[in-house]
Amino acid sequence: MISLEKRPQPSRAWSLATPLVAVLATMVFGGLLFAMLGKPPIEAIRTIFWDPLFGEFAFYYRPQLLVKGAPLVLIAIGLSLGFKAGIWNIGAEGQYIIGAIVGAAVGLAFYPYEAWYIFPLMVISGALGGWAWAMIPAVLKVRFGTNEILVSLMLVYVAEQLLASASLRFLKNPEGFGFPGSRNLQDYPSAFNADLIAGSGMHWGVVAALIAVIFAYVLLNRHMLGFHIRLTGEAPRAARFAGVNPSRLILLCLGMSGALAGLAGLFEVSGPAGQISIDFNVGYGFTAIIVAFLGRLHPIGIMLAGGLMALTYIGGDIAQSNLGLPSAAIQVFQGMLLFFLLALDLLTNYRITLHKPEVA
Amino acid sequence: MDLSAINPVLLIASLMVAATPILLAAIGELVVEKAGVLNLGVEGMMIIGAIGGFAITVETGSPWLGFIASAACGAVFSLLFVLLTQVAQANQVASGLALTLFGLGLSALLGQSYVGIKPPQMGKLEIPFLSDLPVIGPILFGHDPILYIGIALTAGVWALLKYSRVGLVLRAVGENHDAAHALGYKVVRIRILAIMFGGACAGLGGAYISLIRVPQWTEGMTAGVGWIALALVVFSSWKPWRALLGAYLFGGITVVQLNLQAAGVAIPVEYLAMSPYVITIIVLVILSADKSSAPAALGRNFHASR
Amino acid sequence: MKLTTLLTSAAMALGLATTAMAADKTKVGFVYVGPVGDGGWTYEHDQGRKAVVEAFGDKVETVYVENVAEGPDSERVMTQMALEGADLIFTTSFGYMDPTINVAKKFPNVRFEHATGYKTAPNVSTYSARFYEGRAVQGTIAGHMTESNIVGYIGSFPIPEVVRGINSAYIHAKKVNPDVQFKIVWAFTWFDPAKEADAAKVLIEQGADVILQHTDSTAPQAAAQTAGNVITFGQASDMSEYGPKPRVSSIIDNWGPYYVARTQAVMDGTWESVMTWDGIGAGMVGIGDISDAVPAEVKAEAIALQASLADGSYHAFTGPISKQDGSAWLADGETADDGTLAGMNFFVEGIEGEIPQ
Repeated sequence: MISLEKRPQPSRAWSLATPLVAVLATMVFGGLLFAMLGKPPIEAIRTIFWDPLFGEFAFYYRPQLLVKGAPLVLIAIGLSLGFKAGIWNIGAEGQYIIGAIVGAAVGLAFYPYEAWYIFPLMVISGALGGWAWAMIPAVLKVRFGTNEILVSLMLVYVAEQLLASASLRFLKNPEGFGFPGSRNLQDYPSAFNADLIAGSGMHWGVVAALIAVIFAYVLLNRHMLGFHIRLTGEAPRAARFAGVNPSRLILLCLGMSGALAGLAGLFEVSGPAGQISIDFNVGYGFTAIIVAFLGRLHPIGIMLAGGLMALTYIGGDIAQSNLGLPSAAIQVFQGMLLFFLLALDLLTNYRITLHKPEVA
Repeated sequence: MDLSAINPVLLIASLMVAATPILLAAIGELVVEKAGVLNLGVEGMMIIGAIGGFAITVETGSPWLGFIASAACGAVFSLLFVLLTQVAQANQVASGLALTLFGLGLSALLGQSYVGIKPPQMGKLEIPFLSDLPVIGPILFGHDPILYIGIALTAGVWALLKYSRVGLVLRAVGENHDAAHALGYKVVRIRILAIMFGGACAGLGGAYISLIRVPQWTEGMTAGVGWIALALVVFSSWKPWRALLGAYLFGGITVVQLNLQAAGVAIPVEYLAMSPYVITIIVLVILSADKSSAPAALGRNFHASR
Repeated sequence: MKLTTLLTSAAMALGLATTAMAADKTKVGFVYVGPVGDGGWTYEHDQGRKAVVEAFGDKVETVYVENVAEGPDSERVMTQMALEGADLIFTTSFGYMDPTINVAKKFPNVRFEHATGYKTAPNVSTYSARFYEGRAVQGTIAGHMTESNIVGYIGSFPIPEVVRGINSAYIHAKKVNPDVQFKIVWAFTWFDPAKEADAAKVLIEQGADVILQHTDSTAPQAAAQTAGNVITFGQASDMSEYGPKPRVSSIIDNWGPYYVARTQAVMDGTWESVMTWDGIGAGMVGIGDISDAVPAEVKAEAIALQASLADGSYHAFTGPISKQDGSAWLADGETADDGTLAGMNFFVEGIEGEIPQ
């Protein structure tokens, strides 16, 4: 009989090995799926995982990995802090939207005036917007004990409606012939979050994501607050004895994740996306939750997981166009990858033992 | 503006139809959450039910078989979530999201050959005399059978939770799995059954959209109903009858909003559309004074150490 | 700037390479906003792609990517297609406008065709269809057929394209039936079957016996069929599975001829940047078969109108027409100019309700 035995300490070896095993398992099962759809499996897998990194046009796709991965990492880092402490913000998508709306609104308020301080102002207001949106579940939890999972999720829908309202009404481009959507910030130099080195994909969002990774790493390993966060997650009662103020922790964790999600939204709207539109959000906030768990809530892990997710998106699009794979197949493939990564994490925390059933 | 154009009887009748898929999915998720499990994969399970039920209906010509198949598809699909959270001890939030992503992709793949087909229709329940009654007839006696099944399910779950031992055990597991385990209840087994029930209900809800409400198959046709169902469970504070009420409210907002528009009332649609969510948050705040409402072990995994 | 040159030289190098390898194979890319199985907008664009394959066979290679989000993802997909040697790329959603222009700047030798937008460049054309001509035909049928004198109209978003359609349908319904009244609901979605079904039901409950839709799913057709004595019109695709009733006719997005012609132009080296806005005459707007549920004389009138729109002898917006607030817009015999039509943000006189702004 097989049984699970919890390890006293998570296994370091397995925590490094499981992602690789999961990717390999996905390749095998994904390959089978592609073969069933009548597509060459090896070529499809190569197109998804290899071509964006080392293929003929890798010089273009590598920067794109940064563009696609940066918002995921930025949001996931913020979320992971809360998750570690058992504070569940699953409304990052909403905070991302609000950050983008507020940041873009501040920038557009100056249009067409050019000044160096406009972009920094937008960054601050984007972060503040995301922070404020996350403060709603935080304050409600602290004040009334309301479940933050549910409030933050509800606020995603509210944010989506506000986004529709922004693109149809208050931020609509007056020169847009009545079409929904704001002015394009890419055409407004003072507000444009351009690549720092042209063609590198390194816009301020990527820089912010890198800073966030380092910041989180230092915070968790070298700082008292990081210790409190980990302690609260692992042993809430001990944390209280250690003098952790749970309310303060909730406000801090939700606030930080909201601000980072807001920043991600701002960098996206002022850079790669360029404008507020009804379909501005593409699910980064939800995907980032998965990224946070794939990265085992560890800053470095999150960075790698964000890269991996970005890779499957970009590689998936290439496979669609070059091999004619339907986008649904790519979605199923991504789903498999997530399942394997989540399921195999079991090996990190548990030992599988085989023993004969005892005779009672 | 001509409000007299709105026929309240028809409004209520169509509101009930609009509410049914949300209700079905929410009742299932309510049981799941009562058992202490948060499954965010409702949308994924719904759309799997939608295509499963649609395909079987088209192949066999029987909507009844289709609905049974949709429940089976939903339940089987939810086993993936079981595998992740109950066996592999993975995080429930992440697993639920992965389930939704996977379900949307898989359904699109399975449904490729069913686009643009009209499914056989399930007739309305026509009760000779009663269905012709004014006012009451269209509201109470003029619907498809599944709508009544949704209401019956609500009543059943209510009775089950309130009066049966099963309900008691379910609640115990959801409130404190360690204590329940100590009392000798099989926590994991109970949770697995609850999750499968949730999957079956979500599948039914999905099939209601693809077979009755729309009826056709198109990729991504559930269009977020699963997420609304999640909101509804919270709104109902885990009480079946409130879920029914809430479903009518949530489903009703869209219908009422469209009715007002058609009657010529100029309303900012976005603000009305966000109102159910804002109301849910307010309800949550009010409810949080009542500490007993949310299952205490919600979202936490259980592993018996011995 | 560096990237621009880099990409351009890469594209040129590749362009040369492909010319050397397969001299006569033209590569055409399509970027879709929805799934090809949506049965509406994207489905019809993919039919157009298939028409290209059929017309040129081995001389053409087509690629497509579906479900591409507007914004940076679309920009990447277009760049990818250009890098992989596409000669011509069709970007089929309004939201792809700025990304198309951005990518076109980097690949001056690749031709781009953007649907429904208003920005062009030396290597970017725009194309759209005068769907309002089809609406005129629908309006005429609707005006004759309605017995309750209430016509329901499901709008997607309050954008000029949709407003134009409502105005055109209303003017022509009014012409044949002075008592006609339009009830308009905005669904704020292009595609949400459940919501569209609700919208149709609501309109029917409020007395409409004709439903016009500017959203893409067949859900309103099904709702009308269930309700019984209601007629509808197919949108984007023919939706003939709902004929002969409720669906009595349809507007079909027929992109095939345009896609074939533009591909041909690239092959011949005659491609130029143009702003195409074609209607019934050029075949871009197809009018689906008018079913027998429509009386013969109404059908004849509709077909005559269709013919006069096709040969250009009649314009769907011909004065006298006043705006909703009563101010004059077009004098007797005057026809609307394309500029006003392109940005139309007002209802004509007689329509009740406001455009949400």
